[in-house]
Amino acid sequence: MKVVADIPSYVKCRHTCEASLSASRCFKFRQLLKEVSEEELFASGHRACSGCACALAIRLALKAAGKNVIVTQPTGCMEVVSSPYPETAWRVPWIHVAFENSAAVASGVEAALKALGKKDRVKVLAFGGDGGTVDIGFQALSGALERGHDFVYICYDNEAYMNTGIQRSGSTPYGAATTTSPPGKESFGNRTFKKDMPRIAAAHGIPYVATASVAFPLDYMEKVKKALSIEGPAYIHVHASCTPGWGIREEKSIEVLRLAVDSGMWILYEIEHGKTRVTYKPAVKRPVEEYLRLQKRFKHLTEEHIAVLQRYVDERWKEVFSEE
Amino acid sequence: MKEMLHGSKAVAKAVKLCDVDVVAAYPITPQTPIVEYIAQMVADGELGAEYIMVESEHSAMSACIGASATGARTFTATSSQGLAYMHEVLWIASGMRLPIVMVNANRALSAPINIWNDQSDSISERDSGWVQIYVETNQEALDSVIQAYRIAEDKEVLLPVMVCMDGFVLTHTMEPVDVPSQEKVNEFLPPFEPEVKLDPEQPMTMGALGEPQWYMEFRKQQDEAMGRALSRVKDVDEEFGRIFGRSYGVLEEYNTANAEVVLLTIGSLAGTIKDVVDSYEDVGLVRLRLFRPLPEEDIAKALEGASVVGVLEKDIALGLREGALCTEVKKVCYDHGLSTKVLSFVCGLGGRDVRMEDVEKAIEVCRRAAKGEKVSRTTWLGLREAVL
Repeated sequence: MKVVADIPSYVKCRHTCEASLSASRCFKFRQLLKEVSEEELFASGHRACSGCACALAIRLALKAAGKNVIVTQPTGCMEVVSSPYPETAWRVPWIHVAFENSAAVASGVEAALKALGKKDRVKVLAFGGDGGTVDIGFQALSGALERGHDFVYICYDNEAYMNTGIQRSGSTPYGAATTTSPPGKESFGNRTFKKDMPRIAAAHGIPYVATASVAFPLDYMEKVKKALSIEGPAYIHVHASCTPGWGIREEKSIEVLRLAVDSGMWILYEIEHGKTRVTYKPAVKRPVEEYLRLQKRFKHLTEEHIAVLQRYVDERWKEVFSEE
Repeated sequence: MKEMLHGSKAVAKAVKLCDVDVVAAYPITPQTPIVEYIAQMVADGELGAEYIMVESEHSAMSACIGASATGARTFTATSSQGLAYMHEVLWIASGMRLPIVMVNANRALSAPINIWNDQSDSISERDSGWVQIYVETNQEALDSVIQAYRIAEDKEVLLPVMVCMDGFVLTHTMEPVDVPSQEKVNEFLPPFEPEVKLDPEQPMTMGALGEPQWYMEFRKQQDEAMGRALSRVKDVDEEFGRIFGRSYGVLEEYNTANAEVVLLTIGSLAGTIKDVVDSYEDVGLVRLRLFRPLPEEDIAKALEGASVVGVLEKDIALGLREGALCTEVKKVCYDHGLSTKVLSFVCGLGGRDVRMEDVEKAIEVCRRAAKGEKVSRTTWLGLREAVL
């Protein structure tokens, strides 16, 4: 149990028991917890901020993937914090090339493994932040998904360019304050809604797409495992907080991420061979305002803007659940 | 046995002979026939390579980097805008010391958009850390691709190599080419077995962050590798000559022995110039084959007897008001204490034909300079003054 002790006790089971039941009482939860690898392939001592959910997203993904994997990574926080020469946090083979090409590099790795007859033994895992995925890396990702490479792409989404100091990306939510979408006399923050990247990925007709949250580690790790086991491209979009970017205290990361899911700001689902399944249904849907009020990036929002967001969330909720 | 081959097909045959594992390429005129021939070879099972039809040149080079880092022998080809689009990743391929081989079908850069031949594209990448070889013939294109893998994969070098061939002039033109046997190529080119690669058996971190206390040393090592590449290019070419009976050197001297005027060029233009200088007693030609690393000693030696050097090149270094190669030749002369007068002749931009009369005009300007007459330091050959 030592290794996974950081999974908070309020993480609830999504299997047989109700969401309100405590995790420790659920047999399935305990069983899954036992299956989590104790091996740390993303070593401690890296330079990420405390409370960084992106570092957790990588750590948990590697626990699910195991050792026989090659990882590609774009330029960004996770690259910077994990690989300052001559140190490395990576206990698996890892390559960083540039900002916009993690998926293209992964294509090359996968093709090389095929050509060298090693593909059966080694999996390919590409990471990208939201900027490196939905904006600058969009073309490379779309190409790699369309070509059908056997790899898993994980977008850890902290909803802005955090590495360069919190600038808005195509994944920044409505109303959020960033350094390039600041609220002011003529502005309420970011004017646009989040780009719906998971469903854009699904539109490529790939066999597996999932959303996940670092606050639901077992659900996330199961999805990573499933994605790796499926032949062909798979895409996972994991919601991961940035403490300075969101304006939250480090110990609040998981709580805030959890509220994102419980309020419907982030919905956990998977699309397997075109069929959508919601993997976690909050027993009680919390008002979006509860999620917003915990974060400085939304503190300037008026009732009116919050109402807009609530309507948006309600519509999205209906939309996703109706697809199930 | 000699076959009549387009330059593109000669390159594709070289790729097959080198038993390349991964090809990642995006089509662009005039490189397209190269990737088409390779695609057909893969489709016919003649070449057992993984061929990734990427969605851009940026991804082509990125995929090559991923494949090469995983231990695969890797090839791509591009041209012009495609090379410019790759610019960012060219530096990363060389900085990560990955022995990727690329053929660039030389083509003008936009704007105005133009698909025809000049060398502005690859000349613009001169500082990107790639070895650059410019070929004159289709035979040399084939041979240089084979040599390129030996140079790139040499443990003392480990740098990517760009083989530059004039678009259309070579890529779409047939010439007799001697295609070597697989046995001979195998004898010359051992399998690619990199010491460092992405492998779960021995996890490596590649592409790490180089902070100020490390960055300069990485660059210095790269610069040293470029220095070693110069001698390895020569060694590899000599060995190639022993096995295949053809070698090219880092530059070719043509009628330079008693030449007062020497013309210097790169690429296929050398063919036209050779025809012209045949009619002159005192005019020779230096065809530079290796542009990066610049074989400075060899250039100085080839030019030491000449009083005027005319550099004919298909590029313009905007802001210098002369060709980029010309500036480099001046540098070589300065460093070697040569008082040779160096004149720039900008020609053939965007596919403008360089005719024998243009070369004769360059010779005339050089001869006037040799007599002590004042001449313009840069002359645009074949320019339609009337429409300016």
